Amino acid sequence: MNRNKSLPGSKRFRSEWMWAYAFIAPTILGLIILNIIPFLQSVALSLHDKHSGALGLDNYIKMFTGDTYFWRSNLNTLLFTVITVPFGIFLSLLLAVLLNHNIKGRNIYRGIFFMPLVCAPAAIAMVWRWVVFNSQTGFLNYMLSLVGITGPNWISDPGMVMISISIVAIWGSVGYDMILLLAGLQGISRTYYEAALIDGAGSLQRFRFITVPLLSPTLFFVIIMRTMNALRQFDLSFMFAKDTDPAFPSVQTLLYLFYRETYIKLNSNYGSAIVLWAVILILLLTALQFWGEKKWVHYDN
Amino acid sequence: MPNNKEKVAFIYRNNRFKNLSVHCVLILASITMLLPFVWMILTSFKSFGESVQVPPVFFPKTIPGKVFSGQESFAYLFSNYRFVLKKVDYFEQLYINTFALIAGRIIFAIVTSSLAAYAFAKLHFPFKKFLFSVILVQLMMPSQIYIVPQFKMAVAIGINNTIMGLIFPGLISAFGVFFLRQFYMSLPDEMSEAAIIDGCNHWKILTKIMLPLTKTPMMALSIFTAIFAWTDLMWPLIVNSDSQNGTLSSALSKIQLMSQVFKTPHLMAASFLAMIPMVLLYFAFQKQFVEGIAMTGIKS
Repeated sequence: MNRNKSLPGSKRFRSEWMWAYAFIAPTILGLIILNIIPFLQSVALSLHDKHSGALGLDNYIKMFTGDTYFWRSNLNTLLFTVITVPFGIFLSLLLAVLLNHNIKGRNIYRGIFFMPLVCAPAAIAMVWRWVVFNSQTGFLNYMLSLVGITGPNWISDPGMVMISISIVAIWGSVGYDMILLLAGLQGISRTYYEAALIDGAGSLQRFRFITVPLLSPTLFFVIIMRTMNALRQFDLSFMFAKDTDPAFPSVQTLLYLFYRETYIKLNSNYGSAIVLWAVILILLLTALQFWGEKKWVHYDN
Repeated sequence: MPNNKEKVAFIYRNNRFKNLSVHCVLILASITMLLPFVWMILTSFKSFGESVQVPPVFFPKTIPGKVFSGQESFAYLFSNYRFVLKKVDYFEQLYINTFALIAGRIIFAIVTSSLAAYAFAKLHFPFKKFLFSVILVQLMMPSQIYIVPQFKMAVAIGINNTIMGLIFPGLISAFGVFFLRQFYMSLPDEMSEAAIIDGCNHWKILTKIMLPLTKTPMMALSIFTAIFAWTDLMWPLIVNSDSQNGTLSSALSKIQLMSQVFKTPHLMAASFLAMIPMVLLYFAFQKQFVEGIAMTGIKS
């Protein structure tokens, strides 16, 4: 039990826990001031009306019944998540598997794929919005026109803009996920593959029966992290459309709605209700994924 | 019948042509990753006319043309950059703010998390499990839930529109505690046992014995913290609403809105200016960046 033999009540034990409390004091104090109190304040704010100050569920009622933007932004957020998580992870996994081959220039490729991560997201959004996606002068539609395709209005078409944002998001995050997956792949012992080769397993079989199960803990972590991030998406939407743009209703995510209600319309009470809902949604979906974890994630002991 | 070793070697040799196709896919992917950057740089040297030309022109001609024909001096080549730096005359302040934010968050995260991580990994004290579970809960929480009250606090203590305001939510790091704790746990207890017998207190054990052994995870935590501080847009936008007090990212988002002043080539020049310091740092420390991120993934 007491590995270092400091029995409760002994002088050494008391000195030990004094040190321990001194060491954790900054973190715990910070946690209380920066997280616990603000959390309670957010809940309290959301339960009060901005104008009358009355306690009640008015903000939530307004959110669920009186705000068409609210449901729309839920839909946008989920759409963004449903596009970016599977496609992003598929591409990162593909790149990780390819890089896991014993090939020359691995570090160069890895370095290139990670590049967007070290660029300011606002800068990246601007580059894509102004010079890649621009339907007339952008280079993407120009490239498409060379092969005879008339490119869509990536930014101004309400049906298209979320896909465009998703492309940027995937492009920006593929390097990060790839590095995590590659680290996971490199942790898989070569002997499994060699044994499978000798047994005559094809590369698809090896992928399905060795790589996927042994990589599943890393894959699960990446999926969880990516889903949480996708549900919190703000930067790209914010950079791609302001509220006067025609495509704006299709761009606004939950956190963009929260930002506008709180800091543009200056209603932090209603804003808090929105952000609490976003957090509940994130935690629910995360819990759901942990529930599904048992079915496919394989922990090797 | 060849033995197994030969068989494996044969199969690997046979895969050599496969490597070629792997390279093809990777090169294609690399081009996709790099093209937007290339296009950004090219556009930042175009004249306004060239930037709106349909179909688009690949290489800037007007501005370099004037320089090479001797009509203008070499500095004219960077006229879009000079325009941005003239209009946004606090641009160097943005660099300072951004790097102060990153450095501040790293220092606070490392100091507070090292202390707490050591206590949670090596010391025994009442309520240890409960307190650690509080940290784990905070780790799962999206940080946006705290933003409104945190902003009100920052205003109340008068640190909005200052560098301290930018750092404020990052004074502690739940992730840092969680992450570093795993490294402290992997260090043998005998080390601290011996030190205690020699009369060292826990402060000495931590600073003289443990800290030097956790340099690698501290580096990883620094890089993780830096990337997250750097890519955070909402908090700087809210807490430091004055443009000259913002970060490169938050300032860019405001510059973009001034479409009367800044045209596409100017926006690309501004983007390039905002990217370049971190990209250079990344090239200098690529190995640490990549390994640091990989480490934060594995240990979580």
